[in-house]
Amino acid sequence: MSEQLLTWKEVCPGGTVTEPGSSAAYHTGTWRSTRPVHDPEQCTHCMICWVYCPDMAILVEDGRWKEFDYDHCKGCGICADVCPVNIKKAHSVTGQMGKVIQMVSEY
Amino acid sequence: MVKQKIEARDGAKAVAEAMRQIDPDVVAAYPITPQTEVVQTFSTFVADGRVGTEFVAVESEHAAMSACVGASSAGGRVMTATAANGLALMWEVLYIAASMRLPIVMTCVNRALSGPLNIHCDHSDSMGARDAGWVHLFAESPQEAYDNTIQAVRIAEHLDLRLPVMSMQDGFITGHGVERIELLPDDAVQSFVGPFQATHSILAIDHPLTMGAWDFYNYYFEHKRQQSDAISRALPIIEAVGQEYGQLTGRSYGLFDTLGMEDAEMAIVVLSSTAGTARSVVRQAREKGLKIGLVKPRVFRPFPHAQFVELLGKCRAVAVMDRSISFGAMDGAGPLFLELAAALFAHNRCDIQMVDYIFGLGGRDIVPGHVEQVVQDLQTIVRTGDRGALVRYLGLRE
Repeated sequence: MSEQLLTWKEVCPGGTVTEPGSSAAYHTGTWRSTRPVHDPEQCTHCMICWVYCPDMAILVEDGRWKEFDYDHCKGCGICADVCPVNIKKAHSVTGQMGKVIQMVSEY
Repeated sequence: MVKQKIEARDGAKAVAEAMRQIDPDVVAAYPITPQTEVVQTFSTFVADGRVGTEFVAVESEHAAMSACVGASSAGGRVMTATAANGLALMWEVLYIAASMRLPIVMTCVNRALSGPLNIHCDHSDSMGARDAGWVHLFAESPQEAYDNTIQAVRIAEHLDLRLPVMSMQDGFITGHGVERIELLPDDAVQSFVGPFQATHSILAIDHPLTMGAWDFYNYYFEHKRQQSDAISRALPIIEAVGQEYGQLTGRSYGLFDTLGMEDAEMAIVVLSSTAGTARSVVRQAREKGLKIGLVKPRVFRPFPHAQFVELLGKCRAVAVMDRSISFGAMDGAGPLFLELAAALFAHNRCDIQMVDYIFGLGGRDIVPGHVEQVVQDLQTIVRTGDRGALVRYLGLRE
């Protein structure tokens, strides 16, 4: 976090945060050591990964899988674990067989 | 000044009466001797429909303070009561209530912390919580307990303070001791405390907010510094509320209650009901021409160090009486002594010879004879210039 840090006189009394939804400003995605990658062509858009993601880091649009929110994805791997689809051809990102969502190293 | 009714009440029922007249939004409490009567009496008011309070009978004192924190965060006027191990059980939540700047008012009927198990009066309970960030007020009598409860609401809720207030009285001695007290009419209490002004409410869905959030190591320190600044501003507020209360009742309150300090060369410093015992001895000593005074602090947190040292003005010897031990502190001293010693040092008054008398632990009786011994000791210190033992004991079999 590189924002200007507040002095003790400026911090919110009692730690009460009056700006709603402000936790989105903190990019927990920086904590990741593995990241999920997705093969959009082989995805069935079942939405199971979206249901299970604990961080609401899977974005959907018009009933279809859209993208990972990498600003807030912590790389827990639950989405890769619950994905029910065994892909028919090599994954478009990893080149491996397996699921539509696969975990790769962040580094 | 408003016309008041004279009735007989013990300290616990006096507080319950004050709570009835305040009619808080929520009381979440768990019983413990010698506080039980406070919430037991209050709960009959609830059952009889004499208050609109939501009374939450919780499963422990930890739950009691947690429920109070929740209710206060929701924007309600919240009160509770506890003592001894009950206070100890809610210890972590005390810190949370203060750091969240919640104006909760709690009566603590001072009782010894176990072990061994003891239900009688000493100050180890509230003293054990002296660092939690609450304002500490002490009452000598049921009248003061009643008056402090009403004022505590105004102090806690003051927009420049917004901190929880703990209002103490001696377990059994004051709590169960019936005295003649003057009670305000209900409407006078209501108009004195006024309607509760919520600064934030977790229930205000049009202004969503987060309370009780996380601070990383880059912000916790700043929040605690701010909290420290907040409590440091309590003394003038306590005095102003005390003055206003005096205009209403004829009983003005400040930071101290003193006797003979204008010309005192020796002083006894003592909190709470024992000040009554000490006062009778000091009065008799003064009648014999001794230049001795009494200081009864009403406020322990924040510690009124500057005003205290000024009060001790001409003193050459001071005896502090502590109804608790801070285990491991130098020579086994008690908290009142330790705070005052630091104040004397900070204000360059190390010329004053000060000693500490631990007394009354676990409800051990303190009688005028003990205080007369203190008066003798003070005279010896002044005469010889030798302070002698730093920490002494009254009523202990040695």
